[in-house]
Amino acid sequence: MNKFIGVDYYDTSGLLSEEEILVRDTVREFVSDEVIPVIERYCRESTFPMEIIPKLAELGLFGTSLPQKYGCAEMNSVVYGLVCQELERGDSGIRSFVSVQSSLVMYPIYTFGSEAQRQKWLPGLAKGEKIGCFGLTEPDFGSNPGGMITRAEKVDGGYVLNGAKMWITNGTIADVAVVWAKLDGKVAGFLVEKGFKGFAAPEMKGKHSLKASVTSELTFDNVFIPEENRLPEGNGLKSPLMCLNQARYGIAWGVVGSMMACYDSALNYSKSRIQFGKPIAAFQMTQEKLVYMLTEITKAQLLNLQLGRLKDSGKLRFQQVSMAKRNNCEKALEIARMSREVLGANGILDEYPVMRHAANLESVKTYEGTHEMHTLILGEDVTGIPAFE
Amino acid sequence: MNIGVCISHVPDTAAKIKIKEDLSQIDYTSVPFIINPYDEFAMEEAIRIKEKSGGTTYAISLGKDGVKESLRKALATGIDEAIHIKTELELDSSAVAKNLCDEIKSLNLELVFMGKQSVDFDSSATGQILSELLGFNCITNCVSFSLDGRNVRAEREIEGGREVLETTLPVIITAQKGLNEPRYASLKGIMAAKKKNIVEKNAAYTECKTKVIGFSLPKGKSAGKVLSADSDGVKELVRLLKEEAKVF
Repeated sequence: MNKFIGVDYYDTSGLLSEEEILVRDTVREFVSDEVIPVIERYCRESTFPMEIIPKLAELGLFGTSLPQKYGCAEMNSVVYGLVCQELERGDSGIRSFVSVQSSLVMYPIYTFGSEAQRQKWLPGLAKGEKIGCFGLTEPDFGSNPGGMITRAEKVDGGYVLNGAKMWITNGTIADVAVVWAKLDGKVAGFLVEKGFKGFAAPEMKGKHSLKASVTSELTFDNVFIPEENRLPEGNGLKSPLMCLNQARYGIAWGVVGSMMACYDSALNYSKSRIQFGKPIAAFQMTQEKLVYMLTEITKAQLLNLQLGRLKDSGKLRFQQVSMAKRNNCEKALEIARMSREVLGANGILDEYPVMRHAANLESVKTYEGTHEMHTLILGEDVTGIPAFE
Repeated sequence: MNIGVCISHVPDTAAKIKIKEDLSQIDYTSVPFIINPYDEFAMEEAIRIKEKSGGTTYAISLGKDGVKESLRKALATGIDEAIHIKTELELDSSAVAKNLCDEIKSLNLELVFMGKQSVDFDSSATGQILSELLGFNCITNCVSFSLDGRNVRAEREIEGGREVLETTLPVIITAQKGLNEPRYASLKGIMAAKKKNIVEKNAAYTECKTKVIGFSLPKGKSAGKVLSADSDGVKELVRLLKEEAKVF
């Protein structure tokens, strides 16, 4: 297989700093060497490649923007985006693992946690010695998390937690779960540790998407949570939504990796596949597809880069993240399907990455805010009228 | 102990190389560059020895401003100090070695690693010339290296097997694939490298013993032959292998 050297039609590299390029190229090489050669096997077996966790940690890919005193790299948001992009070129499941650990576990512990909670968890999470998960979505409350049923009740020395969460990435393998529950009618955050009595995290089986990723239910049956495990600053639905905003940002970047993998696969295939005596790349309909893909990739790259620069300058609005997440996921799925068409019947085989990406992207388009919800967030932003209330 | 690593900044092996119209120069426009892959083994070996026994590691690279990218990556991977010997010219192995020789002398280095060859021009000569200029011992194509006091033991790849050699410091070691598994730069390493200074010097020697007259690209591959999947196809394949490819 040819070495992957990236898709960069508008020289967006020229807009990156030396260290941003170095991070991108390092993770790109890592994905080519360590993820792509093994990922199809894990997908077939529907398991997560656990042995990759220490390698991701050694590179420093968990909590990339958090302070160095917790063992993190303290780099900017563009770097975090580039990391997501390169990982997702390998597989959305690998990127999901890093997104959850970084944006949905380390970020809330850092942002809403006490100094003791930060000291206790962040260094281990950065080293990959501890794994985290994030519990917000419930079986009956997805797009409308404010309706959650999971309840916490104040008792002597802590809280008692009851309820269930669903679609939780890393749930079964997590050492700590950042769980959101209603306490006196208001959303509060808790750190639920593996082994707490009454807490279980069975894995959900039978997924046709994100097969190399662990997805779980979390169940809480009168689980006692000590006072020191409540996130002191995590008050109201705004807190988990702030976490989701971080994760969505990473997804907007991540799916460009999937796009690049699919485009690269389609381009190479079309140049070598001969029909009617010439490569199918010579046919106008194939060229139209390739040009469409490249154009959408280029647009998404520019969208992400400016999004990242806004985030780093503190000017980012969450609606802007919704636009990038919404657009890029949709285009990524479209590109994956289009690539599959270019590859013809070969496109369905796991010898090529396109069908795996297409299947993964069905989840990615839906999780962290469905395509429809992001449309409504933007709709409210431009009209001032919320359509979902 | 202080250790030197000589690094070459070369076009990415995946890049398509073009030649300028007059055939006198390579067209490097939009060609991505990387650290010479064999130099990565050299760098890793130096970092491992330093981690075990202490000292300072120095990466030295010669060339245009672009070589700083590779030096920055070397710093991010764990090299302590970087030296850029500047020249706009494309020097041959002999001139490169002369410049490196001065630098190694001024740093008082007695152990220097480098790749067995640079994958751009493939001369595979710089290490050997350098050891002669310095009066150092030299072991080329190393796939195993160990140091005990001033005693060096190395294994090198030879046709059909391995040769085990012993020598003493000072020594130049040229690295072959298999010497180790090079690490990736970490994000923390990249952040730390950002704060480090790359020392700049001008190349003192620019006189080459050889002169490049021109370049040519290999001829394009001819189309493959598709044989039928039945027994006739097998017979034809055997005939072609025997008569055309002459493999037996």
